[in-house]
Amino acid sequence: MPQGFPILSLVIWLPIAFGVAVLATASERNPGPARWTALAGSVLGFVAGIPLWTGFSAAAGGAMQFEEIHPWIPLFNVNYHLGVDGISMPLILLNSFMTVLVVIAHWEAVTEKVGQYLAAFLIMSGLINGTFAALDAIVFYVFFEAMLIPMFLIIGVWGGPNRVYAAVKFFLYTLLGSLLMLAAFIYLYHQTNGSFEILDYHKLPLGDTAQKLIFLAMFMSFAVKVPMWPVHTWLPDAHVEAPTGGSVILAAITLKIGAYGFLRFNMPIAPDASHALAGFMIALSLVAVVYIGLVALVQSDMKKLIAYSSISHMGFVTLGFFLFNAEGVLGGLVQMVSHGFISAAMFLCVGVLYDRVHSRQIADYGGVANTMPVFAAFFVLFAMANSGLPATSGFVGEFFVIMGAVKVNFWYAFLAATTLIFGAAYTLWMVKRVLYGEVANAGVAALKDVNGRELVFLALLAACVLAMGIYPKPFADVMNPTIHELLKHVATSKLS
Amino acid sequence: MNTATFSLATLAPAIPEIALLAFASLLLVMDLFVPEREKHATYWLAIASLLGTATLAGTTIGTPSAVTFQAMFVSDPMSQVLKVAVLLAVAATLVYSRLYLQAREMLRGEFLCLALFATLGMMVMISAHHFLTLYLGLELLALSLYAMVALQRDSVRATEAAMKYFVLGALASGMLLYGMSMLYGATGSLDIARVASALGTPYASQSLAVFGLVFVVAGIAFKLGAVPFHMWIPDVYHGAATPTTLFIGAAPKIAAFAFVMRLLAQALGGMGADWQMMLAILAAASIGLGNLVAIAQTNLKRMLAYSTISHMGFLLLGILSGTDNGYSSAMFYVLTYVLMTLGAFGMILLLSRAGFEAEELEDFKGLNRRSRWFAFVMLVIAFSLAGIPPAVGFLAKLAVLQAAWESGFAGLVVFAVLMSVVGAFYYLRLVKLMYMDEPAGEITIAGRADMRVLLSVNALAVLGLGIVPAPLMDLCARAITASL
Repeated sequence: MPQGFPILSLVIWLPIAFGVAVLATASERNPGPARWTALAGSVLGFVAGIPLWTGFSAAAGGAMQFEEIHPWIPLFNVNYHLGVDGISMPLILLNSFMTVLVVIAHWEAVTEKVGQYLAAFLIMSGLINGTFAALDAIVFYVFFEAMLIPMFLIIGVWGGPNRVYAAVKFFLYTLLGSLLMLAAFIYLYHQTNGSFEILDYHKLPLGDTAQKLIFLAMFMSFAVKVPMWPVHTWLPDAHVEAPTGGSVILAAITLKIGAYGFLRFNMPIAPDASHALAGFMIALSLVAVVYIGLVALVQSDMKKLIAYSSISHMGFVTLGFFLFNAEGVLGGLVQMVSHGFISAAMFLCVGVLYDRVHSRQIADYGGVANTMPVFAAFFVLFAMANSGLPATSGFVGEFFVIMGAVKVNFWYAFLAATTLIFGAAYTLWMVKRVLYGEVANAGVAALKDVNGRELVFLALLAACVLAMGIYPKPFADVMNPTIHELLKHVATSKLS
Repeated sequence: MNTATFSLATLAPAIPEIALLAFASLLLVMDLFVPEREKHATYWLAIASLLGTATLAGTTIGTPSAVTFQAMFVSDPMSQVLKVAVLLAVAATLVYSRLYLQAREMLRGEFLCLALFATLGMMVMISAHHFLTLYLGLELLALSLYAMVALQRDSVRATEAAMKYFVLGALASGMLLYGMSMLYGATGSLDIARVASALGTPYASQSLAVFGLVFVVAGIAFKLGAVPFHMWIPDVYHGAATPTTLFIGAAPKIAAFAFVMRLLAQALGGMGADWQMMLAILAAASIGLGNLVAIAQTNLKRMLAYSTISHMGFLLLGILSGTDNGYSSAMFYVLTYVLMTLGAFGMILLLSRAGFEAEELEDFKGLNRRSRWFAFVMLVIAFSLAGIPPAVGFLAKLAVLQAAWESGFAGLVVFAVLMSVVGAFYYLRLVKLMYMDEPAGEITIAGRADMRVLLSVNALAVLGLGIVPAPLMDLCARAITASL
């Protein structure tokens, strides 16, 4: 690979170009070509991202790598500035990987307007990569917002019965948050005398009130995305109504953008406000962990249950970040990637069942293990990972966060650790009711086990979950230098 | 300048206007002699005159400022750019309207002729360097528009709209004239440059000037359709035939921008502190009311009317910052806004056919099933109007918001940003109808190839300018800096 080859641009624009190609070639009667083009696009997008991992230098510390910078709007000093560090690089790869899985998983699930469906996913995949790679606030904002359009259509066009309500709710919630962030960007633009560079904002000294206002404006934007309690209510609706692929991308990727935003924007731009409001953030996170965990326990709809479990697990991520120690932040980051794998796997498992039975209600199932033994094995593995069993990726993140929490306050750790009980309770209870017992009805009795395609994505995810659980060191090695720099930066007050 | 030195060469800055006037007169005469079934010849002549004049105006871009007619008329970089935009917008309007007008037997010399004279009025407004020229252009535009609205004489709604438009328009013109006469009293001149320089001297009566300013701002607010002078907009947009609505909604906004620039930024630039506050109130009220009331509309034309009100509020945000940055942002805003409006009304015209007006929101139900491409076109325009990137509407909003923030209107910016969320809702509803609902009845895509191609280009331009905005933004910035 020659030096300075624009890998990041490739990772962003390749899926988008394929998405446009899929749109152009799609035909309603014969979706075959569109499907194969989309698969090729997603695989190429992922392959194009591999040099990011292999060429990544951990020795560079927190510095940005693979940087690209070109003037975009010279009048406002907006640059097309891309770059990744140890925080964003794994997320880009995670997203590219998930796009491949989503394309594989749609094969039987989606039969209507296939071309538009796949194009929406490919375009969204490119936009999400752009969000993670952007180092210019306006470029970030453009990707961040543009992403809403395909997601809005995915939920609204291919979703369940109440899809329109869910799509509009999702769109308006996120828009409200992000517009406040835009106001913050405009403020920072004038404070820095005309710069939209995110890294300039990191260095900008800011007063106490300004920091708090910026923190809150950005908090609105990212808390809705994460989502944190109490602005989480769009998520169960959106998840339940979204098609399987939409749920996978929502849970595995878009939620991470919120958490990523805290690390990239809130904490480095407003470090003093972050410290001052850490108690508030931790409280909200713990409410998410404990209260939403209890809410998950009473769900009768599988997707809703996993949606609530996602909110609860994301509570761990934000909790880890606002502990301001290396264990917490690393745990949060590992939890982000791990939750990406696990939640995707859980939603795909529900999707496998839904494609066959067309119900998400736990009550409609029972004894599935008798007719689908291979599927059941995978489902149990992912359920165990979701409840944080050691040797799965779910354990690593939670363990680190709890370790970080003990350092700060025993009771934080105590409350956070309850998730190991609640998480196990709601996940395993669901598994028990769905998989085991007598064969519940004729529908379940007629079930066929997973086909080759489903086996491929389930096995891939299982491999990721186990690999990350048994040997998380490569991830930690990539993330640690950046986390170290970030914590050093955040520990320095900007007040003067 | 005295009459002895008059030569034809001094008219050079006004060549585009003179050409358009000649074309319009030619069209008027030709229309008398062309037989009924050859009427499309007049249509093509109108298109040719607009494009020809646009070419003439285009060649002037980049030439230094020059005045003529005893400094009553100016051709400066800002006017050169705006004139080309006006001419192209009117040409696009005519292309979009052709089939619709034909089906309703309205594609006659009258409509085309009025359109050309209205365009001439806009050009005069844009190039005015004197209050009288400004008023002359404004009235030429307004009188043509009144007649265009009233052209559907057997439609009760159109007649009512024309009546309302005329009465309120005359009232606004009166206020404007009254304000101008006060300014004359305060400064002793109607020439824009002299008014500006006189205001800075102690001889000018400040209280009289402020008094005049209030009336001028009221007149401007009426012409723009800013709250609380917006009452005519929904009724006229709704009542007029869709091509007329498109005509009113597009090019005249550019002229209105020039009008505000000439009056406030150039003539009364020294009183910035006085009019900034007034515009701030107008902007806040327009953005708030326009967005909130638009939600309740079921008629697309009415919805777009309220959306116009809120967009004019955003335009005012740029102007009220009172800086070059703000003016050029506002110029970028108005040019892109006109592009979006053309697309939105173009879609209504595309879906309308003989005896059927596709102007209810419901008529867009399930458009994606009927035509994936035109559903996408409308999607791009709707998200652009809502200010969602990557369409250009976002950058236009960003530009005016940052300019207003720079001038210290942070609270107003936050308010405008919050209202944008409300605004997004009704554009989303349109997208929802097109993509997530089943068609309620038969949807036909009318329109000849030229219209379909132009509409597609229009939507791609809205998207493309959002991705490559720098050339147009630079053009606006350079034009404003060179003209003020």
